[in-house]
Amino acid sequence: MENFTPVSASIGGALIGLSAVLLMAFHGRIAGISGLFSGTVFAAKGDRSWRVFFVLGLVAAPLVYWLAAAEKPAFELQAGWPLIIAGGLLVGFGTRLGSGCTSGHGVCGLSRLSPRSMVSVLLFMAAGMVTVALIKPLIGA
Amino acid sequence: MARNLMALLAGLTFGLGLVISQMVNPAKVIAFLDLFGNWDPSLAFVMGAALIVTAIGYRLVWLRQRPVLADSFQVPGNRKVDAKLATGAVLFGIGWGLVGLCPGPAIAALTIGGGPALGFLAAMAVGMLAFELVDRRAAKPA
Repeated sequence: MENFTPVSASIGGALIGLSAVLLMAFHGRIAGISGLFSGTVFAAKGDRSWRVFFVLGLVAAPLVYWLAAAEKPAFELQAGWPLIIAGGLLVGFGTRLGSGCTSGHGVCGLSRLSPRSMVSVLLFMAAGMVTVALIKPLIGA
Repeated sequence: MARNLMALLAGLTFGLGLVISQMVNPAKVIAFLDLFGNWDPSLAFVMGAALIVTAIGYRLVWLRQRPVLADSFQVPGNRKVDAKLATGAVLFGIGWGLVGLCPGPAIAALTIGGGPALGFLAAMAVGMLAFELVDRRAAKPA
């Protein structure tokens, strides 16, 4: 528990919520990143440009923080290449098959009390926790 | 133009939330998922705060007839839990646990995560493309 950071976590979470509210207020859309990102290519023509701009904002955010705080955001990834590739494929395919991820189901869906989102969140949290418990001994972490 | 600029602002806000909460850092995410090890519950606060703001904000926004820059609110109406939803969530959860990145952080990490972040994002895009191909084939009548 030595790395417990409830204050910055809550501030960051509130900003994520604010972003979801902005997108609903102005565009009438759910801030589900997997669907939003996939739609930059696969959505109907005319429904793509706002998605590209949202993604650009997302990509720019760490740089803006870096400039403002004069501190590079921490990024520590333990997994090796085979796990990185397998993980990426699973996250990409799984979020599309399951119609959403941590943002679409976890934030937007739960706040709407969607039964689908409740099931999704329980399952992906449980699957993530079991996976970490299983691979930790394997990668020697 | 206004739609694109507001989307840019929303994306920037979302990304700053990911950075400030450290959700963009895979080690932080793995520490949250490591329930049986040295558990760090911080990310529960990310989700809790995001949920409170969204639950209240959505209800205020829905008092309007329509969004500021669009004709209607597009909220998923499907409430049926099915095998596709469950299978997708489990596959996603496994991938999340393997690396510690979900789609939002995977995109935001592009500028700070170097080769591994780029590799993950590319694999994620391939996974999404694979889904589109499978889904389109399944939608075609045999």
